[in-house]
Amino acid sequence: MTALADMTDTGKLATYNFAYLDEQTKRMIRRAILKGIAIPGYQVPFASREMPMPYGWGTGGVQVTAAIIGPDDVLKVIDQGADDTTNAVSIRAFFAKTAGVETTTATAEASIIQTRHRIPEMPLTEGQVLVYQVPIPEPLRFLEPRETETRKMHALEEYGLMHVKLYEDIARNGHIATTYAYPVKVEGRYVMDPSPTPKFDNPKMHRSEALQLFGAGREKRIYAIPPHTEVVSLDFEDHPFEVQHFDQPCALCGGEQVYLDEVVLDDRGGRMFVCSDTDHCENRCAAGHRGELAGDDLFDGKDKGVETEAST
Amino acid sequence: MQAATSHSIAYQGEFSDPVRGAQSVFRAVMDATARPGSIHQLADLCTPPAPLTASAAAIIATLADAETPVWLDSALARSEAVRDWIVFHTGAPVTVHQDEASFALVAAPQSLAALNGFSLGTQEYPDRSTTLILQVSDLTKGAALVLEGPGVNGTASIAPSPMPLHFAAQWRDNRAGFPRGVDLILAGPGCVAALPRTTRLAQREA
Repeated sequence: MTALADMTDTGKLATYNFAYLDEQTKRMIRRAILKGIAIPGYQVPFASREMPMPYGWGTGGVQVTAAIIGPDDVLKVIDQGADDTTNAVSIRAFFAKTAGVETTTATAEASIIQTRHRIPEMPLTEGQVLVYQVPIPEPLRFLEPRETETRKMHALEEYGLMHVKLYEDIARNGHIATTYAYPVKVEGRYVMDPSPTPKFDNPKMHRSEALQLFGAGREKRIYAIPPHTEVVSLDFEDHPFEVQHFDQPCALCGGEQVYLDEVVLDDRGGRMFVCSDTDHCENRCAAGHRGELAGDDLFDGKDKGVETEAST
Repeated sequence: MQAATSHSIAYQGEFSDPVRGAQSVFRAVMDATARPGSIHQLADLCTPPAPLTASAAAIIATLADAETPVWLDSALARSEAVRDWIVFHTGAPVTVHQDEASFALVAAPQSLAALNGFSLGTQEYPDRSTTLILQVSDLTKGAALVLEGPGVNGTASIAPSPMPLHFAAQWRDNRAGFPRGVDLILAGPGCVAALPRTTRLAQREA
């Protein structure tokens, strides 16, 4: 097999199959993925394997990526929007080593994007696959702990309990206080957990151009949303679904209508809000956009002809 | 010797590179399922004994193994060489019971009288259903099917041939049982398309 031969030649992990998993495991995962696509939002059980990383570090996403990735793919991995955090760097390195694939941090260049809890700000395109790492795939789990019961609730399309939960939010807080893992209904049938993405990202799932695959390793479930599929966040007529709004733009790139992370600057209450999507922020900075805390020394020689903050 | 010939046929004809072949064929099938109506070329094919076709063989070699019973229609079941090839290359048990099959290989779709004899899954586990692989001679020159549903931006069109008799009615019944139902993979010459159970037929063009 050339895959193995290539690896032997370059002294890499000759004892591993391409993309780490054995072929029988990949076939089992591939069958689950096809069922998931055919039944959008339905959680397909699969025989999740132990991976060389602990549960909670994306074992489900890694198994899905390993089952679909090919030598021509370009892989991007993000952790809370960032390309440069431990989880993202480790998983990128894992596939660079076991599959020999090219990796990138640029959203537009990637054919597969594995994500932990964010959807990139840049709209995804046809041909891209977004792989979510999912901790708890069952949206009804905190309302009903028994799998036998939640499975029956999905079978009977009995989702009243979820609306009661959202109603209790309103009764206690005056608004729906769920801010992440906000439940959605897929193609008018299955209620689905979009993984702990902020609800800010929910509208991006609706009729997305990209195929979205979800892998939960510990919970042994795979589910999917095909492209151009209805994904509706649950709400009430008098309390419609709303995304988070931020009072200020990104402190580095000045971006608005993006999801921001809060960064504490000192012990006197100083803080800044910056783009959670690092690739989006870097692209905007490179294009000359400036936020109020973007030090110009960061952009030495790159800001010719670009409007910068007036310094005093 | 007759037996030796039949065996040597069974032992040959797998992917030239099983790891990459299975990956590239799976991606084509995945993209076809995610975008019903789209047609994807198969870069890697198998060379099985007739009447199993190269693309149907590549798909079954990619997806089937010892955990997935395979059902063969009468055109394929008549050929001992085909059965031997599938068993040797995938390890999948060949079953005569439609409702036990994870995959069904159909060489003569026009003779397929009913889809509901296959496993449709259960309301709790709709994934426990049969996936049918139909060998078609063409994906663009048959009667046009206009498709709607998840994966389709507006409408899409595909014209596979041959297809089961009264396919529109059969498919409407299959769709009515959602989430239960079968999924179809259409294996054309060197290419693949798919009709997952979510796909609706808008109307049949003349």
